[in-house]
Amino acid sequence: MEPVATTFFFYMLSGLAILSGVLVITRKNPVHSALALILTLLCLAGLYLMLYAPFVAGVQIILYVGGIMVLFLFVIMLVNLERSQREKTFNQQWIAGVAAAVVLGALFMSIYVKGKALFAQPVVPFPEAENTQRVGQMLYSNYMFPFEIASLLLLVAIIGAVVMAKKRI
Amino acid sequence: MPDFITRYLDKQVTVTPGQYGSPFWALVYILLVFGGVSLAVVCMNWLERKILAHMQIRLGPMRVGPHGLLQPIADALKLILKEDIIPEGADRFVFWIAPLIILLAVFSVYCVIPFGPTHAITDMNIGILFMLGVSSLGVLGIVMAGWASNSHYPLIGALRSSAQMVSYEVAMGLAVVSAVLMTSLNEQGTGTLSMIGIVRAQYAQHVWFVFKFFPLGLIAFFIFAVAMVAETNRAPFDLPEAESELTAGFHTEYSGLRWSLFMLGEYAAMIAVSSIAITLWLGGWMRPFPNLLSGANWDLAFSLFPALTFFGLAGMTFYSTRRMPKHSYFRIQTMGLGAFGAVFALIGLILLFGPVRERIQDIYWFILKIAVFMYLYIWYRGTFPRYRFDQLMKVGWKILLPMGIGVLMLTGVMGLKTEIWQLVQHLVHG
Repeated sequence: MEPVATTFFFYMLSGLAILSGVLVITRKNPVHSALALILTLLCLAGLYLMLYAPFVAGVQIILYVGGIMVLFLFVIMLVNLERSQREKTFNQQWIAGVAAAVVLGALFMSIYVKGKALFAQPVVPFPEAENTQRVGQMLYSNYMFPFEIASLLLLVAIIGAVVMAKKRI
Repeated sequence: MPDFITRYLDKQVTVTPGQYGSPFWALVYILLVFGGVSLAVVCMNWLERKILAHMQIRLGPMRVGPHGLLQPIADALKLILKEDIIPEGADRFVFWIAPLIILLAVFSVYCVIPFGPTHAITDMNIGILFMLGVSSLGVLGIVMAGWASNSHYPLIGALRSSAQMVSYEVAMGLAVVSAVLMTSLNEQGTGTLSMIGIVRAQYAQHVWFVFKFFPLGLIAFFIFAVAMVAETNRAPFDLPEAESELTAGFHTEYSGLRWSLFMLGEYAAMIAVSSIAITLWLGGWMRPFPNLLSGANWDLAFSLFPALTFFGLAGMTFYSTRRMPKHSYFRIQTMGLGAFGAVFALIGLILLFGPVRERIQDIYWFILKIAVFMYLYIWYRGTFPRYRFDQLMKVGWKILLPMGIGVLMLTGVMGLKTEIWQLVQHLVHG
């Protein structure tokens, strides 16, 4: 099936992502921030879908929204929210903030100007019917080594977490 | 008649409305599924109370309509008319949106459930992944409801629920992966995540995955069957709403229509996860023995089953009509029961027609399998005592998870063995 109204959905999803991203940092209530972050992640999953990467979109929802954010909320609900409500949201680091924003803006502008020359050939997306299969084949053939290194890193993180959390092993 | 209607009524259609790209049929199927699931939830409400009552040697609802058949309608009316209370100090927006999120998550799952090879809203390449992901969003609604109520019992219920769901999702995912691994045992050596593709793989391999590599498929199915009860917060894993400890758990503060949305979400989620289990392990829409008992005669014999089921229901209803008390006070109830029987018989007659019979039978087998799961859910609730929270965690992390990893590894080994065996055969003969 041909995609319909791609431009509309692109602007809707990216607009929602930016809006909820701003809400994440401006809400005083941490639970509201976390919910806005969930909305951002969902919009990103939608954008991945539009880039013909359904597998990445599915994994984004399962891991980030279904797993990590639920644990985030779990932790936030256990802390005392009333103290955080009284605290200031921003800590007056205007100079650093403006500098970072200028650098990022310059980066975006340069990509916007030179982008067409840099990425002249649009990458042909895999056909939708075998997209996931191709990702699997790539992961287990061409990118075997980086994949294994990533899993090793995760293993180290798990062991580290257990060592730090448990006093007596 | 418009082109898209005539083309779909043609016998040769092999794609789902979503793949076919017809907004009309996709809309029709969305409405059908939404209405059908809501109707099924209403039926479940009555059946659960009735079956539980009979298990405990009670009668259950008997007053509203014959054998209490109109009780769900009365309940629904009561819930709509009830006052809708938002507690003092609650987070109004989050409180308001939480039941909607649960409903949204649950009903999105139905997008990819194949009720038949052509009877699905759409078929996605990442079908099963999409289902697991979206159904895991339901926990967000529960957590939000519990937190926004600004009350102790709901908060504890929400905490329990999130811990429980995150724990059981892991075991569930491992069981699913072992079933997906089984789909890759074909000529090309690539599996599929699409729900329709998984059922087709079972047809091609001449076996339901629950019996594949006996007992590996059975163990994986068992892990999923336990985890799915925990995922839907049903007894014996209903700690988030344990009424003896937490009043009603995460939805203590909800009332009226909003509370009924939680109930709708819970029952719809039960049907959704059951249909995942059916698609992955129990052959989806396939009738029993599609390969062994194939041929026109067997096809005809099996396609009579839907009509026979409804005739059976009609017969049971007419028998109950005979057993109603003969007092004039029960006359209207007896007539009502007779009317139910007449409707069942009429549906049975419609299902006898050739075109209807051929189109309906895959849906029938799917729904029959769902019905078995729904009965099991009620049966669990009637028999098992509730787990303590540490026991729940122990079952999830120390029993189901290692079992899942073991099954996954052994499935891989068995699959490799099959492939090597095929290769050897190929070398010897060719």
